[in-house]
Amino acid sequence: MSLTKALSKPAGSTAAPSPLSVNGLTVAYQKKPVLRGVTFEINEGELIGVIGPNGAGKSTLMKAALGLIPSIGGEVLVYGKPYKEQRKLIGYVPQRESVDWDFPTNALDVVMMGRYGHLGWFRRPGAKEKAIALECLSKVGMADFADRQISQLSGGQQQRVFLARALAQDAKLYFMDEPFAGVDAATEKAIITLLQELKRQGKTVVVVHHDLATVQDYFDSVLLLNVELQAYGPTEQVFTQERLQQTYGGRLAFLDRSFQVPAADSGKGV
Amino acid sequence: MANIWSMIADPNMQWIFLGCTLLGLSSGVIGSFSYLRKQSLMGDTLAHAALPGICIAFMLTGIKSIGLFLIGAGLAGLIATFGIGYITRHTKLKQDAAMGIVLSSFFGLGIVLLTVIQHGNYGNQAGLDKFLFGQAASMIGSDVITMSIVCIVLLSICTLLFKQFKLISFDPGFARGLGYPVAALEQLMMLLMVVAVVAGIQAVGVVLVAALLITPAVSARYWTNKLSLMVILSGIFGAASGAVGTLFSASVSNLPTGPVTVLAATLMFGISILFGPQRGIVAKRLMRQRAKRRFAVQREISIHDNTKKEAAL
Ligand SMILES: Nc1ncnc2c1ncn2[C@@H]1O[C@H](COP(=O)(O)OP(=O)(O)OP(=O)(O)O)[C@@H](O)[C@H]1O
Ligand SMILES: [Mg+2]
Repeated sequence: MSLTKALSKPAGSTAAPSPLSVNGLTVAYQKKPVLRGVTFEINEGELIGVIGPNGAGKSTLMKAALGLIPSIGGEVLVYGKPYKEQRKLIGYVPQRESVDWDFPTNALDVVMMGRYGHLGWFRRPGAKEKAIALECLSKVGMADFADRQISQLSGGQQQRVFLARALAQDAKLYFMDEPFAGVDAATEKAIITLLQELKRQGKTVVVVHHDLATVQDYFDSVLLLNVELQAYGPTEQVFTQERLQQTYGGRLAFLDRSFQVPAADSGKGV
Repeated sequence: MANIWSMIADPNMQWIFLGCTLLGLSSGVIGSFSYLRKQSLMGDTLAHAALPGICIAFMLTGIKSIGLFLIGAGLAGLIATFGIGYITRHTKLKQDAAMGIVLSSFFGLGIVLLTVIQHGNYGNQAGLDKFLFGQAASMIGSDVITMSIVCIVLLSICTLLFKQFKLISFDPGFARGLGYPVAALEQLMMLLMVVAVVAGIQAVGVVLVAALLITPAVSARYWTNKLSLMVILSGIFGAASGAVGTLFSASVSNLPTGPVTVLAATLMFGISILFGPQRGIVAKRLMRQRAKRRFAVQREISIHDNTKKEAAL
């Protein structure tokens, strides 16, 4: 894995604007900000993990960066321009609970929604869109379920459908909110393989992630968040016990245990 | 029966019949989207809220015309939506309770105004009371034409923006991410709902017009898992209800259109809930029985096999 990392990333392409640069972003639902003065700039072609406790504002950060919720201060630039002008470059996988899965539609149809941004206002998706959608479904191993009504899919399968829809968007920068939540080991493996494939194609993927044990294996950079930005940088520099303690505050007992696991694991691996 | 035939021969009645069918069709179509967005009750609220709007429009102008009523009802609907929003934001009440409050108070006001109109000296008032339960046969040519145009515009918008309406009903967050003006489109859907309601008021009446938005959509959901098909089916159910309602009410003297239309829609709902494939009660029971039988047969075979094996040993 470290080999592909070294190959796929030609270091120091400073001229090109960053896929995502966030400057002083502040968001409040009510009076108290849930994100305060968040500033960072990510590198192209990386897998970036967003880590923080429940309620830290991880989902909020993604939604604000996508313009789904208004910010009360700060600025978000996508490839050097406001996100409004760059929508076609951004793909999004929301948390699975955000939609009504009993909606009358099938898996293929949901994936085709990812193409809507590429169609005009009044054009209907046609044969070309269908072919793309099918291809994306088979990339996530769901080709056999194309005609399945979405309520008849398991949670992990629904997650894969959402992922396929994001692929169909054919974006350069992806936001994924907990794509690994509630999926089994096989699906997790399928998803991470896909993320690495996206990375190989030069795409940038920002992922909200909760499992501290796999952070070091999955991500090139890590963003630690708890209302304010706690740290951002290459995983090996930022993902330290000290920084995590600072991010997670009081919940140390839980932290100690889960932090030991990957350390021991990667030791064996090398 | 003879009544119906003589009525069908009347060209004026033919227009009314056509208009009501169109009305049912467009209500069924827009109703599908509001059902999927869990806004069905909103349709009912808007319909009841329309009554005072219509009364005030009539009191101010003294003219009975669908165009004016559309404006009055539209404004009343707007105020009602703001009212619901205000109540949910500033009290602990949930949206359904807020809708209930707004619905009943607007309707109460409407009935008071209606009584004032009937007892006052508004020369032209005959027929305004028909707005409660609807009387399709009382519509005049210009009413039918306005209603038909409104319905055709509504259908065209739903056809053109089908993709957007679908995405917004399923996943508004994703739609916003694609850059669709979600708030504006949601407002548009709400507006179309008001328009469908108001267009239908004279024919079906404020009390029951919302049933044309809800019942056909709910029935259609039983027959298909595909949105486009559901919208079409819902339109057909709505159109059939409108047609049946007009026919029957016109053939029996003084029978209002609304109740007959709604009963026709309810009958179709009953059929759907029983016989819809997959979701219907009969289909579900059959499926369960078949599965049980298959399981029983399999078990028998395996027992049979086992005994054979044992015998062989
Ligand atoms: N729609 C909303 N209205 C009001 N407050 C909200 C809303 N959404 C989130 N919040 C608050 O904002 C804070 C951050 O929420 P957010 O969903 O971004 O957390 P998160 O880091 O994604 O948490 P989790 O790990 O549980 O998904 C929380 O305190 C939450 O209560
Ligand atoms: Mg979250």
